[in-house]
Parts: sequence; structure tokens; C-alpha cells
Amino acid sequence: MPVSKLVGTKVKRREDPRLVQGLSHYVDDLRMADVLQVAILRSPHAHARINGIDKGAAQALPGVVSVVNGADIGDSVGSVPCAAANPTLRTPPHPVLAQGEVRYVGEPVAAVVAEDSYTARDALDLIEVDYEPLPAVSDLEKALQPGSPLVHSQWDSNQAFTFECGTGDMDKARAEADVIVKQKFIHQRLAPIPVETRGVVARYFPGEGELTVWSSTQIPHLLRAMLALVLGFPEHRIRVIAPEVGGGFGCKLNVYREEALLAHLAMKLKATVKWIEGRRENMQATIHGRGQVGTVEAAVKKDGTILGVTYDSLLDTGAYHQLLTPGMPPLTGLMISGSYKIPTLKFTSTGGFTNKVATDAYRGAGRPEATLVIERTMDLIARELDMDPVELRRKNFAQPADFPLPVATGLAYDSGNYQAALDKALEMVGYDDLRAEQKRLREEGRYLGIGFSTYVEICAMGPSAALPAGGWESGTVRMDFTGKATVLTGVSPHGQGEETTFAQIVSDDLGIPIEDVAVLHGDTAVVPNGIGTFGSRGISVGGTAVYMATQQVREKAEAIAANVLECSAEDLEFEDGKFSVKGVPDKGITIQEVALQAHVATKLPAGMEPGLQATSVFEPSNFTFPFGTHICVVEVDTHSGEIEIKKYVAVDDCGKVINPMIVDGQVQGGIAQGLGQALLEEVVYDEDGQLVTGSLMDYAVARAEDLPPLEFARTETPSPVNPMGVKGVGEAGTIGSTPSIVNAVVDALAPFGVTHIDMPLKPEKIWRLCQGGTK
Amino acid sequence: MIPAAFDYIVPDSLEAAAASLADGGENAKVMAGGHSLLPMMKLRLAQPSVVIDLKRLDSLRQIQADGGALRIGALVTHHQVETSSEVNENCPLLALTAGSIGDPQVRNRGTIGGSVVHGDPAADWPAALLALGAEVTLTSSGGSRSVAAGDFFLGPLTTAAEPNEILTGVSVPVPAAGTRATYRKVKQKASGFAIVGIAVCLRTDGDTCTDVGIGVTGLAGTPFRATAAEDQLRGKALTADAVAAAAAQVAEGVDALGDIHASGEFRSHLARLNTARAIQDALDG
Amino acid sequence: MANTTKIEVRVNGVGRTAEVQPRLLLVHYLRDVLGLTGTHIGCETSLCGACTVMVDGAAVKSCTLLAVQVDGCEVQTIESLATDDGLHPIQEAFWDCHGLQCGFCTPGMIMATRQLLQENPSPSEEEIRHGLEGNICRCTGYKHIVDAVQQAAEQMKAGT
Ligand SMILES: Cc1cc2nc3c(=O)[nH]c(=O)nc-3n(C[C@H](O)[C@H](O)[C@H](O)COP(=O)(O)OP(=O)(O)OC[C@H]3O[C@@H](n4cnc5c(N)ncnc54)[C@H](O)[C@@H]3O)c2cc1C
Ligand code: FES
Ligand code: FES
Repeated sequence: MPVSKLVGTKVKRREDPRLVQGLSHYVDDLRMADVLQVAILRSPHAHARINGIDKGAAQALPGVVSVVNGADIGDSVGSVPCAAANPTLRTPPHPVLAQGEVRYVGEPVAAVVAEDSYTARDALDLIEVDYEPLPAVSDLEKALQPGSPLVHSQWDSNQAFTFECGTGDMDKARAEADVIVKQKFIHQRLAPIPVETRGVVARYFPGEGELTVWSSTQIPHLLRAMLALVLGFPEHRIRVIAPEVGGGFGCKLNVYREEALLAHLAMKLKATVKWIEGRRENMQATIHGRGQVGTVEAAVKKDGTILGVTYDSLLDTGAYHQLLTPGMPPLTGLMISGSYKIPTLKFTSTGGFTNKVATDAYRGAGRPEATLVIERTMDLIARELDMDPVELRRKNFAQPADFPLPVATGLAYDSGNYQAALDKALEMVGYDDLRAEQKRLREEGRYLGIGFSTYVEICAMGPSAALPAGGWESGTVRMDFTGKATVLTGVSPHGQGEETTFAQIVSDDLGIPIEDVAVLHGDTAVVPNGIGTFGSRGISVGGTAVYMATQQVREKAEAIAANVLECSAEDLEFEDGKFSVKGVPDKGITIQEVALQAHVATKLPAGMEPGLQATSVFEPSNFTFPFGTHICVVEVDTHSGEIEIKKYVAVDDCGKVINPMIVDGQVQGGIAQGLGQALLEEVVYDEDGQLVTGSLMDYAVARAEDLPPLEFARTETPSPVNPMGVKGVGEAGTIGSTPSIVNAVVDALAPFGVTHIDMPLKPEKIWRLCQGGTK
Repeated sequence: MIPAAFDYIVPDSLEAAAASLADGGENAKVMAGGHSLLPMMKLRLAQPSVVIDLKRLDSLRQIQADGGALRIGALVTHHQVETSSEVNENCPLLALTAGSIGDPQVRNRGTIGGSVVHGDPAADWPAALLALGAEVTLTSSGGSRSVAAGDFFLGPLTTAAEPNEILTGVSVPVPAAGTRATYRKVKQKASGFAIVGIAVCLRTDGDTCTDVGIGVTGLAGTPFRATAAEDQLRGKALTADAVAAAAAQVAEGVDALGDIHASGEFRSHLARLNTARAIQDALDG
Repeated sequence: MANTTKIEVRVNGVGRTAEVQPRLLLVHYLRDVLGLTGTHIGCETSLCGACTVMVDGAAVKSCTLLAVQVDGCEVQTIESLATDDGLHPIQEAFWDCHGLQCGFCTPGMIMATRQLLQENPSPSEEEIRHGLEGNICRCTGYKHIVDAVQQAAEQMKAGT
């Protein structure tokens, strides 16, 4: 085996020099001749019938090329796709421009194509739409009650689907339990807010009959396939390019109206068209995350043994399904057991249409809901039993020997050592002293709280059987004449740094300098096939494909080397990029020389194809299950309602680590978003479906000052699911952090009789809870 | 993101600016830093047909301390106030207030004059200007006048400045030696504007409050001076009870604003809480 | 054609003249007229800082300025920082400390850092966090950005 040099070490990112100089190309940075600009008119109503559209004045504005609305498009473009399968699913038509009715604020109604963006914007003001407002429903629970206004009048209710999973006999668990704990949870809607909004450029080449679409997407290959279906245009004539992408967090794991619309306009006008989403459009019309309401019930013995848990929930789907909208609840249901051995688990979900934009995958996608529910439930149980929350967790943890761990939701967790992560975090935070300090401060009327989250999450999405559109990933490794390696990957990074981590893997295993490895991605004409970047699958699925292709390249290289050196492959050893004959170190050939031979093709073993490349398509046999412990210590000012995070400790285990610096970055960024959900963020619609948080003026995301100093550590429990033992880390911070913050605040306010608070924990809520005084 | 079209004028003198403004009528707007006007124009909430950029009026960029007053020209940026030695020596409350506005980039462009005329009920400047008893000066082609801060703010985005008037500066009486002052701001987390902002300016003789000014912003549609609370303190010993009693007056009779960030009830509470804390801070400071 | 105004601006040391609509935003002038696409747009309400550039040495949000307002001014964008000798110490520090992920906020963040260090060459962690309050990064959680600013401060002090 070659000595591992780069894997496991902090290698500075290769993508950064272009990024820190502002020299990279996001969609809006692409310079092309004769680009027409598109602006989109959106519904100001949550629900309305469109009785007429007058485009005359807009069309007459000099510089305007075309103005189109739903009627112009008719059925020439199909419905925006939803890939999630569910036999109970009601899937409403999802046209690229509203057809006669609008169902959420921000729904696209018409598009202006103009010579420049200023003119396109001016033209929007000249389009007159005759709306007839219809009753709208914004609140999820109301939407599912009889008599609610209907979002889609073809159905008799707003029910979008139902889903359930789990096993065991909850009645029996209840009967055997000493204590039943119940709690309702609201998982507020969140806006993903990548700092780069969405954007699309579409270009039609009439001569070649080809369509190229540049989109700020996480899934270029899936987008290509979906566009083919929606447009009725052959897939092999479509090229999708995800250029530099400025963050996604799940919201670009989707196929949007604007992508199909722009492609359609490009073909219709035989032109290049461009649309860049504004931030207000982004708040209105890019998917939101979470949007769940549910009630947990836990049946527990006096000693803390958990016999069973049910979680009955509702999902606010919004008005139309996006790619994976109905696919979120299953991810919650599957993970409701957390890191605990719970024999009986039952999860139900009912989707409800509302007059709002769709919900879909936002960082964590369904798992933050599960983690919040089970981690809060653990604290509720601990409080009920007057047990230390740490003790309760210890008691119910799955033990290292239990793995692979069958879980009552139907999953089998791959590997884990929950106790070890917890112990490390407890030591770092100084738990025993903290409890003493908490007690002391309470006597002074100061309220310190300690919150835990001993989370586990599901990553490395995933086995194809469990995903709507394939869960494999492709990797190609090719060495060319001069011994440089080109890697093609089907994942589509947008900040995760795979141009670096994948190159680390290839560099080590081929024994070539990392500078000699290029990692290409995000272009369907360059990368043969792929699925994309989401579900913390980059390194664990995509990276594994690259790893396996690298091994195949090396095997072929070895066979060529043996042939050139006239020995058998068994006689060769490989070190530092050189094959040499064992015991005869002088007799050898570098892998670069082998690459040349592979292309010159005169000294190849009989029957071997020339060239030195391999493609591997990795199909994971299971998900991976990263885990860890986050501990948050807060002090609450009960007069102002303000929460100060005094200390935050995160111990995460994502299996083997390829690049610790990048892993740290993923965890830190994830925590910032988890903290955002806990303390700041909330999409608010009013009762009539008007979006109140329509811009960053009203929707708060964490800024540098909002983040406390964080302390980090890791444990490393390899995954048996893939050869490198990696698990994935993209979502861990978001999933793990939120419950620890909420638990800490609830703990701080225990003297006030507070047992639960729904997020975001805004000062006013806290203040109100403290109005009754201590109990 | 894209403003509607307009004509752009850059006058060389105050007189010319005032004349252009008079000519332009209702649809003309002067622009100082543009950090309130342009955001509204980008959202097309404002669509002036003429924009008169004051940037060449260098005479409005001065800060001068003379005759017991600090005169700050309308075009002085928040950053200039924050870092000015005249201000920090004579009236640190103004520097403190300036530093609490927006963020560094905003403070580099936004001006005190623009903020004051804009009349945003959540802006920071009014609290300090009210607490200090400042005056603003206005000029139009018809002449000049001064208006006390207490008479200037009339409602949300409404001030005593007439559409044809240009604010030329703010004049703040330099507080007597020994005056203690502070500004407490509860930030709206998304926009950074004030949910509530309380400026307190306090003079004491021993334990006794000899004079006090309390300016309140954010709480209501109009920033105001909390005279009832001030009256509770003036001439009294500053005991904890007296401070609490005064703070309790701050939101009395006020029609408090409420939104998704804070209800009227909570805003009122925050005003009371931060008044008490601000007085304490000033005493401790 | 709408009315236009002539402007003369020095951008990254190069004199430029253009006839622009008064309503043209500085950020659009830089990106679309001059092709300097390193300055990004992340919001419509002047709150993200992705568009931060320097005008006459002060950091500003170029989405909240008209091109005509900077007539006669000196503008510096992210493209001005690196020289033939290499990256600017702030760029180098962001790279070293992994102060970026998707990189979209980065040019604005670096320009804001530049102003911060100009005013305060040895900022504390708290001052750094406060000094970057006009910029949003949705990826990094800011810790590595703070590290980068600290490293840049050290390097720049050593360099002067
Ligand atoms: C992101 C952001 C955050 C902000 N945060 C805060 C904050 O926390 N606290 C706060 O107080 N403010 C905040 N502001 C507002 C900021 O302080 C503005 O700069 C200020 O309110 C307006 O000043 P300006 O010079 O930019 O005025 P402009 O935008 O140029 O003008 C504002 C209005 O005043 C008029 N006007 C301007 N100057 C004059 C004059 N001399 N005479 C007559 N009329 C005039 C204009 O016609 C216009 O109607 C923020 C702004 C932004 C963009
Ligand atoms: S684009 Fe200028 S602040 Fe967001
Ligand atoms: S690196 Fe992506 S927003 Fe900062």
C-alpha cells in the first residue's frame, strides 16, 4: 500500500484562488453575446382567478422582445415534476406560468423578454392583470379542517398525501408504561437563502438543434432528464451546465418553473435568454424548508426505559409539489428513533396544501425535525422523571456492539459509538461544574441552561431503492498522455470543496502530485452521468465512485507496468507513483510513463484496450449514520428575553475524515444555520397568505456577531458501507445543533415551569413565558 | 432591484439646489447618501422624476463646535460623526448613536441630514437628538428656519420639513461638563434598525438629578421625548425606585407599534426596561 | 433611449468614461458595463454586503449607489487586490483559513475586511465580528472568516 499523504490532512482548497479574486463564473457572470433578459411578473395574491391579462403596453415598450403568459404557453411545456413516489399522492398540475389561477404569492404569471434587464423590469409595471381574489388558506392545520378554502378545487380537501412507517404495538407500550409524555411541536418554515439566488441562462442552437441550459443547480444531470420530459425535447440534445454555484442548501436540488420556462423561451425565440432571481423572488418562489407540525407521545418506564414513541405530523406542502416535497416526511419518520433503542415506533404524516410556496429539502431535509422531536422528548422525559438528561440518554443509547443496529423504523444504522462522543463533549464542557454553577446562579436570579443533542443522522443518500431517482454516483478517472489525471464526477459541488477532497484521494492512490489532478463537474457534456450533490452524499457516494475508479486505473497501470518491465504484477510494488520490481528497486516505471505507454499502446498486454481510464458507478448498500453530541450553554435574560450562548461544544463523528479543515467548515456552517432556526429564522405568512418576511429586512439570518465562539472535537467511527469508511458531514451541524440550543433555553427556564418552547426562540416569547414568575 | 428612470441634477450651490427643488415640485427628491432613498427607489416604492444630488455642497459636510453648540452639516455621514474628535469630546452620545446605525458600509454613506428628514420611526438619530434638545435648520428658496427636534418628527416618514426645503444641518447644545449620556438599542435582527432605542442624557448633583433628557425611537410611529418620565426624575434622588417609577412612564399613553418582530406590548416593555437600564448605565458609566 | 449622464471614474486605477442612465446602479455599471463580475449581488435591500466595493477608500454597498454618484471618484473592486506578485494578504488568509465555501459572499467579505483592517489594524475577535455586520455568509458560520481576518491582520502588520 502506498503511504497515505494527503487524505486525512488539511489541504488548502484548490477552488479558492479563483474565488477570493472574484474570477470565478456564477451564472450571472457568464458573458455571452446577444443575451436577452427575462423578468417575471408574479402574483401579488395568495389565491386568485386571472380573468384577463393586458400585455399591450408592455409589448409596445421599445426594447421589449416578447411578453408571454400561461395561455401563450398552453400545453407546449409540461408540468414541473415531482419525483417523490407515494400511492396516496395528489399531484396538481404545475405549469411554468399560471394557467387561469394563482395559488401563492410569487407564482409566475407572465414573463417579459427584453434587450436589457432595466427595460424588462420597466415592462413588468406595464402588464395589467385582472385578478379576482379567491379565498386563501395559509395555516396548515386550518387547511386540513373541513370547510377550509380549497387550494385545488378538483379535490374535496387539501389533503396532499398520507404516509406512515414504524413497527411495534404502541397500545402495549402505553399499557406497560409508568409515564406518558406528550408534546406538540411546530417546525417553522425556513428560507434556505443561499447568498447567490437562482439564475438560468438558456441558449438554443437552431442549426445543431441543441439546447444548453446554465443553471445554478445542485443536480445538472437530473435537471437535464427532467427538462427533456417537461419540454418533450430529446435528452441527448440537451446540455445542462451548473457553473460556479453560490450555495444551495437543498433549494437548488430541484427543478423549477423558471428553468423550463427559460429553456422554452430560448427555443421559441431561437435566442439566448437569461433570468437572475431577485432576493424577493427568492423569498417568494424558491422552496422553503421544514413546515411541519406534529405531536409526539412517548411511553416510558420509571427507570427511564423508553418503550415506544409515536409522532403524528402534518406537512405544509404549499400549493404545488416541487421535486421532493412529499419526500420530506419519510426522512423524519425514518430517523425518529434517534440514537436510542426504542422497540416501538410509529410515525404518521399528512400533507396539506396551503396557498404558499412549496416546501422541500432544506439542509437536513426532514431529519432536523426528527432530531428536534426525539432530543426534546428526551429532555421532557428526563424532566418528568426528575432524571439527569445525560443519564437518560446513556440508559437508552444503542451500544457499539449493537451495530449494525436494526431500528424499528426499518433502517439499519451502520456504525456508531454514541457514548464516546457524549463523554468527550461532557469533558470539554465541564458538565459537573456547570450544574453546580447553574444552581448557584439561580439563587442570584440568573438563569443558566444546559442543553444536549446526542443526534444521529442519515447520510450518503443513498441506496437507489430508497430514493426517487437513483442513489448511485459516477466517477471517472483518466490519465492522459502526459500523466496528468482528470476526474469526472457526477456530484455537483457548490461550496463543499470536492475539487480538493477528490483530488486528495486520487493523488494519494495514483502517487501523483495533487496539482496534476483536475476534478471536473457540473456539465452533462463533460461528465457522462451523475445524480448530484445533496443528502451529504458527496464524499461518501461520489467520493467512493472516484476512489473505486482510481483503484481500477491503478490495476490497469500495474498490468501495463508488469508488461513493460517484463515481470508479473505480483512482483511489483507501488510507492510514490512508481511501480518497481520487489527487491530490485532500480527496475521500475513511473505511473506517468505507464500513462504514456497506455496511449502509445505498443507495449500493452495482449488484448488490453489502450488508454488509462476507468469509470465506476457506486451503488451504496446502505445509508451512513453520522452522529455526535452538541452541548449548548445559555444564559437567559428573563427581563429582555435575550439569550446569550455562553459556550458551545460540538463533538461530531462523520467516520473517516479526508480533509479536517473542510469537515470543520461544514460543521461550523451547519451550526450557523441550526442556530438560525433555533433563534432567528422564520418565514411568516399572514392569515391571507401574504408573505410578511418577503426580504432580508424581515427575515433574519445569522451574522458574525450572532455566532458564539464554538469548540470542536471529533470521534472517528468508520462506516462499513464504503471502502474509505466515510460518512458525510454536510448536514450534521444543522441537524445536531438546533435541539441543543432549544433544550438549553428550556432548561434555563425550568424554574418558571417552562417545559417547551417552539422555535424561533425570539425575545418576546421568552419574556412572555417568564411573566408568571418562578414556580 | 432596478429603479424607475429619472432626471439627475447635481447643483453646485445650496441656492441652486433649493431652486431645482422648487422647480421640480412634488416629484423632485434631493439625495444625500441615498441609503434610504435608493432602497425605496429600487423597490419602486419611490419613483421621483427628478433626483437632486447634494454631493457637491461641501459646506454641508462640516462639523463645528462653537458657542456652546455642535453644528453638524446635513451631509456629514454617520461614520464621520462616529469618528469625529469634536463630537467625541463634546458630545459622545452622538458618536455612540452614529456607531449603532446599520453597518460600516451604511455608515460610510448615510448622512445625518438624510436620516433626520427621512423620518423613519425606527431610525436611531431621533432618540439622541430629542434627548439633547437639538435643532435642525432648513433652507428653501423662500429662506431659512430652525425647528426644534421635538417639533420636527411628525409621524412615520413624515417630518416638519416641507417638500421644497433642504435640511442644512443639525445643531446640538453641547451638554454641560459632567453630563452623562448613553444610548441603548434593541436591534431588529434582520434589518438592524431599532425595535426600541432609548437615549438618556443626565446631569446630577450628588445623587440628585438636576436635568435629564430621554429620547425614544422605535416604540411609536413618531420618535418622541419622554417628558413624563423626565419630570419624574428632575430634582429627585436617583434611587432604584425613582428610576423604576420614571421608566414606568416612558410608554404611558403611547400608541406602540407592533409587528412580527415585537408586539406593541413587548415594545412598550422594552422601552421601560431599557430606559431604566440606560439611566443605570449612564450613572455607572 | 432614456437620458444619460456622462461619468468619469477611476476603477482599479484605470480611468473610465461612460454615458449612463442616471438610474444605473454602481454594481451594474461595474459588472455589466466594465465586466468586473467579481462584485456580486445577493439581495435587494442593501443587507448582504456581497456587492461591497471601495469608493475613495471607504467600503460601500455598490447596490445602493448610483453610478452617477461616484462620478469623479476612485473605485476599487475585488479584482484590484491581487498583483503580479500574488494574492493580497487578506485573500491569502481567506484561502489559508478556509474562510469561504461557495465563495459568493467572499469578494464583499474581503472588501469589508479591508476597510476593517484599515481602521483597526489589530482587531479583537469581537471587533471583527462587529466590523463584518454588514456582510452575510450563509456557508461558513463565520469562525473561519474571523480566523482569516486575524491572520491577515498579523500579516499586514508584519508587512508594513
Ligand atoms: C442596510 C441599511 C441599514 C440601515 N440601518 C439603519 C439603522 O440601523 N438605523 C438608522 O437610523 N438608519 C439605518 N439606515 C438608514 C441610513 O441611516 C440612511 O443613510 C439614512 O436614513 C438616510 O440618509 P441618507 O443620507 O442616505 O439619505 P437619502 O437616502 O439620500 O435621503 C433620505 C430622504 O431624505 C431626503 N433628504 C436627504 N437629505 C436631505 C436634506 N439635506 N434635506 C432635505 N431632504 C433630504 C431625501 O429626499 C429622501 O427622501 C440603514 C440603511 C441601510 C441601507
Ligand atoms: S447586494 Fe448589495 S447589500 Fe446585498
Ligand atoms: S462562502 Fe458561501 S456565502 Fe459565504
